[in-house]
Amino acid sequence: MNFGAEHELHKRRMSKNIGLGIILVTFVALIFGLTVVKVTEGDVSGAIVGAASNE
Amino acid sequence: MSDTTLVKAEINYEPNIGDYFALLKPRVMILVVFTALVGIIAAPVDLHPFTIFVSIIFIALGGGASGALNMWYESDLDSLMRRTRNRPIPSGKITSDEAKAFGFALAGISVVMLGLAANWFAALFLLFTIFFYVVIYTMWLKRWTPQNIVIGGAAGAFPPMIGWAVATSGISMESVLMFSLIFLWTPPHFWALALFMRGDYEIARVPMLTVTHGRRSTRNHIFFYTIVLAMFALFTSSTSLGGWVYLLTAIVLNAIFVTMAFKIWVRDEPEAEADNFKVERNFFRYSLMYLFLQFGSILVDLGLGTNFSWGFL
Repeated sequence: MNFGAEHELHKRRMSKNIGLGIILVTFVALIFGLTVVKVTEGDVSGAIVGAASNE
Repeated sequence: MSDTTLVKAEINYEPNIGDYFALLKPRVMILVVFTALVGIIAAPVDLHPFTIFVSIIFIALGGGASGALNMWYESDLDSLMRRTRNRPIPSGKITSDEAKAFGFALAGISVVMLGLAANWFAALFLLFTIFFYVVIYTMWLKRWTPQNIVIGGAAGAFPPMIGWAVATSGISMESVLMFSLIFLWTPPHFWALALFMRGDYEIARVPMLTVTHGRRSTRNHIFFYTIVLAMFALFTSSTSLGGWVYLLTAIVLNAIFVTMAFKIWVRDEPEAEADNFKVERNFFRYSLMYLFLQFGSILVDLGLGTNFSWGFL
């Protein structure tokens, strides 16, 4: 199988895709952090203990 | 490079993350972030630091959405002016439709996320600010009246009120005072820019004061508005926003600002052209520092506990 040489365009798309990936991961982290804060008012350890005692 | 290859290069150009970031007007975003942060911290309600962090991010994104939608609508003007012709759309890096879609998507995400992170009053305030900047200022005022900067300046003055609303879910005298400081600061700031970016607004046929009323009138307006701003900034020190650091900062900053505005007022065009608008450029740069220091002093007073308890407003 013969692969063509990588075009400069692919490199530029790669940088855009990596950037977009980082933004999406950051967005997920923000949502997760916000959820923890909303649910526990910042008391993460208390929330973990509470969750464990409910099991 | 021939015209044909230039067009081909623009068609093949793949925008990178930096090009999209440039659509957000990052320098304006710094002002939005800082003043909104002062609004949140100055409010008498304690928020979790992460909630503050997330709220600031989405207020900044809302400001960025306004910038992208502004660039979409104004791409015809931007391509005519030296100051703006390298922006992503006129330089062919991003298409106008892409910028529009990007701006609307960001606006939606930022408003919904601010509503979820903080409260829906703050989110609606952010939505109103985006609407004001894009529709009232960009689409309507800017091409219609020399008051574009005066009235449109409200859009840039809303962020501390949004910050205050994030913490309190409402509006108060303090947040209106912070709004007024930026609102009064905006006209002299942009009129100084219009003086030294001479020709740009004439070519683009934007009815800036320099175009409709002349450069002499613009110098008069800068001096007059700077005096009004200085009086208001000093008056604010006697309100609940005031404190020892704010008062001292206001005295020094406004004395310098009025002196610089006076120098602009007494100059004529040949004198300004002789030194390539040095005084006007210095005034513009100083105005940026002025706003950061004046708002920063509110935070310092809060941090040191030196704010006046006898503020009558």
